[in-house]
Amino acid sequence: MDTNSKLTLNLKVWRQKNGSAKGKLADYKLTDVSTHMSFLEMLDVLNEQLIKQGEDPVEFDNDCREGICGMCSLVINGVAHGQESSTATCQLHMRKFNDGDTITIEPWRSKAFPVIKDLVVDRTAFDQIISAGGYTSCRVGSAADANSLLIPKDMAEKAMDAAACIGCGACVAACPNGSASLFVAAKIAQFSYLPQGKAERKKRVLNMVGKMDDLGFGDCSNHGECEAACPKEISITHIAIMRKEYVKAAFS
Amino acid sequence: MLPFSSILWSSVGKKILTGITGILLTLFVIGHMAGNISLFIGSVAFNSYTKKLESLGLLLYVIEIGLVSVFVIHAIIGISIYLKKREARPEPYMKSGDATGNSQKTVSSETMIWTGLIMLVFTVLHLITFKYGPHYTTFIDGEEMRDLHRLVIEVFQRPSYTFGYVIVMILLGFHLRHGFWSAFQSLGLTNPRMKTIVYGLGIFLSFLLAIGFLSMPLCIYFGLIK
Ligand code: SF4
Ligand code: FES
Repeated sequence: MDTNSKLTLNLKVWRQKNGSAKGKLADYKLTDVSTHMSFLEMLDVLNEQLIKQGEDPVEFDNDCREGICGMCSLVINGVAHGQESSTATCQLHMRKFNDGDTITIEPWRSKAFPVIKDLVVDRTAFDQIISAGGYTSCRVGSAADANSLLIPKDMAEKAMDAAACIGCGACVAACPNGSASLFVAAKIAQFSYLPQGKAERKKRVLNMVGKMDDLGFGDCSNHGECEAACPKEISITHIAIMRKEYVKAAFS
Repeated sequence: MLPFSSILWSSVGKKILTGITGILLTLFVIGHMAGNISLFIGSVAFNSYTKKLESLGLLLYVIEIGLVSVFVIHAIIGISIYLKKREARPEPYMKSGDATGNSQKTVSSETMIWTGLIMLVFTVLHLITFKYGPHYTTFIDGEEMRDLHRLVIEVFQRPSYTFGYVIVMILLGFHLRHGFWSAFQSLGLTNPRMKTIVYGLGIFLSFLLAIGFLSMPLCIYFGLIK
């Protein structure tokens, strides 16, 4: 494709005034979209156009726009973060689309992530799960010596793979059951490799799983769609680890 | 300490129970198919085999009660997972799609509830037809015993039953295709390398079992087994 071409797009964007209002898909036509733009920049252009027309701009979450903060979301044509694999919406570029494409944009859909406005959902459910056990007890105050706790390289690597989760919630959005297992498992697996937080090991898995269940997320059916949608390629092997941790904690 | 009931009914507990009961049911299905092979050998072999099972007496009852419980637990949890899934996403997506990447989401995985429910109904009908069906008798070596062979041959003369059975066995294959590897994942026994092996094995096994089961009624219907 010509990388300098301009696209004309038909957007179908989810508009919803607030949490209790009924939403619907609104149609917008956008012309002259540069293929160098990111998906969010394309939405910025749409919003400028809407503001000029005196309409309400489309609300969407974003922050770093470089794939590390986990704020951006959006289900693009039915896929969380869009078709491009291991890419967050903010890193998705318009060159991945074709001239004349119709793009449907919806918010994460989950009972535990209620819509606040348009494409913005409330993801504090994740914060509640983290508060339930996604932490370690350690001495704060002066910074500890960097190498006072030795961690074998392979363990550090494994923990790092799990820690790559940016908490975006795409796993929940993509899961046919609306389960948060991948997010919760990533955190539990991460700490299971590290000496830090050993004291809370059992409590952590029981409390975090319990919190996830209470918040109304669905049960896992091992579809593995979460891993496919995850911008950080968090593997569902972590879910297997979470289950092992759970059994160990529950029966000892 | 969490109470035992809330551990079992947690999202992870339910998976563990589904996995264990699923593996037990798979073992039963494999055993059942091994038994079916005696039908290909002949009426004497098949009837003697059923006689041997019956002669287990009390032990058979214990096994049967165990099997029914395992089946019921598996079904109840499966239904509860389905109901919770509907609750967890009250507003569906207007447009659905599949993510590009490593996913095990397939027709099999998405239809587990339906293939499972069909098997539940099928199992009840299957028991009514055979276990609690007409009690023909025969003599083998001067000993009187149930002639289940005759009943099986009779039943699979009916096209509706034969082809219904064949379809259900194909659905069993679909259920096992996702169920087999899923059980190992549910029990926390998979790692990336294991996953590929178990997933492949699941496809192979489900294919083998479906073909094994559906070949018998077809052979009878088309007169290859008399
Ligand atoms: S596991 Fe992946 S998809 Fe889920 S919250 Fe973390 S980064 Fe997002
Ligand atoms: S905006 Fe920060 S990850 Fe996309």
